[in-house]
Amino acid sequence: MKLNQSFGASIVALTLATSAIAANQSIIVQSTTSTANSGLYDYLLPMFQDKTGIQVNVVAVGTGQAIKNAQNCDGDVLLVHAKASEEKFVEAGFGTTRTDLMYNDFVIVGPAADPANVGGMDDVQGALSKISDSEALFASRGDDSGTHKKEVALWADAGVDPATGSGEWYRETGSGMGATLNAGIGMGAYVMTDRATWISFGNKQDYEIKVEGDDDLFNQYGVIPVNPAQCPSVNVEAAKSFADWLISEDGQSAIAAYEVSDQQLFFPNAPKN
Amino acid sequence: MGEAFSLALQLVTSGNADLYEIVGLSLRVSLSATMFACLIGLPVGAWVAISRFRGRGAVLVLMNALMGLPPVVVGLLVYLHLSRSGPLGFLGLLYTPSAMIIAQTILIAPIVAALSRQVLEDLHTEYAEQFRSLCLSRVQTITALLWDARYSLLTVGLAGFGRAVAEVGAVMIVGGNIDHLTRVMTTAIALETSKGDLALALALGLVLLVIALGVNAAVQSLRMSARRQAYV
Repeated sequence: MKLNQSFGASIVALTLATSAIAANQSIIVQSTTSTANSGLYDYLLPMFQDKTGIQVNVVAVGTGQAIKNAQNCDGDVLLVHAKASEEKFVEAGFGTTRTDLMYNDFVIVGPAADPANVGGMDDVQGALSKISDSEALFASRGDDSGTHKKEVALWADAGVDPATGSGEWYRETGSGMGATLNAGIGMGAYVMTDRATWISFGNKQDYEIKVEGDDDLFNQYGVIPVNPAQCPSVNVEAAKSFADWLISEDGQSAIAAYEVSDQQLFFPNAPKN
Repeated sequence: MGEAFSLALQLVTSGNADLYEIVGLSLRVSLSATMFACLIGLPVGAWVAISRFRGRGAVLVLMNALMGLPPVVVGLLVYLHLSRSGPLGFLGLLYTPSAMIIAQTILIAPIVAALSRQVLEDLHTEYAEQFRSLCLSRVQTITALLWDARYSLLTVGLAGFGRAVAEVGAVMIVGGNIDHLTRVMTTAIALETSKGDLALALALGLVLLVIALGVNAAVQSLRMSARRQAYV
């Protein structure tokens, strides 16, 4: 009995301790690994915090999981890159509004040996066809993330069903962008990645960008405050002020100013009002 | 590897505040979980050790099997309960250190229970007659056994702590690896690996190893000094 009491008391103490933290203004942003791994948040969030005093906590997972977490009301703001899924999220009442925030592009990276001979191509469907024809290894996220959804759509455009080569030349890692790059580079496979993750990635070895510059490789990020009507736990004002700041002139120029190795990673394109 | 060693040394000696924060949280979460797991696991282990009942064999198999609980499954179960849309969502515990402590407690309580059951049962066989002659109640028996086996049980606790501090699957899901809030050693290592910064990831791994060594050494010295006291 005594044990039970002390356990109960400890749980209560723990709960109190955490609610004390929660009493400070703080929000949870459900976001993608690409934005977090590139260091963008480490750069942006201190500016926002200095200005408003709001603590922003970022949970970085794949877009698919981020959307599900937000649907479970485990976040105040959603910042991801899969426009169709985002619009569905808002239509279903989980988010208030979706705003274009920024963009960059996807690239296909490959080993210097370039077994499918796609180096320098700017036609992504053509490059994918060549990779599948030559059965050169291709490592896919395979995790329902924004990048994965995009890749699946591009295969469909190219008229190739990579699932037939699954486990052979088409390798689905089922993990995040960085983990997939590590795995792909380890086995000499082509990988489709967003440019921001690639530029800031530290384990490139002899890999380089092989395919880039196709309009179809456009990568749009959007920001959505979670709907308080659906999720009463949402910190409405703090969530709105974060989303508003990101699309404000200040936020947009801060995004544009973020560089890794002298290269701009994200290009702001929120609609001006 | 050499690069990782020098990086690890540099991290520790430079007094990197972020590193200390992460190490501190790792210790806080895993030591708390170990404490709670002992509060639950030791009485359960002791009770099963001295009890004879129908279906005891099945209970033993279950306890031993639960030692192999996959962390990611525990994380998922705790997530589903603590999520705002889950039954305990109103507590607002998801993505806090408390959620991580709860997950690790669930993960290692079966380890503490199963290992302590074995230790205490062996001891009980030795003392059973003596206990009977003294007409000790069940609670008195359990207390006597736990006290007498305290040094062996420290090792049981360490086994639990080792599992807790080394796991990444559960704390990643329920903690979210949030910088300055729920980032611990293992999730930081996973993050640096996914950034492709393998040297830093390995350096953090070395630091984690040293911490585990430190905790074990502390317990060992505690045990030895307590033994010396006992012989005075």
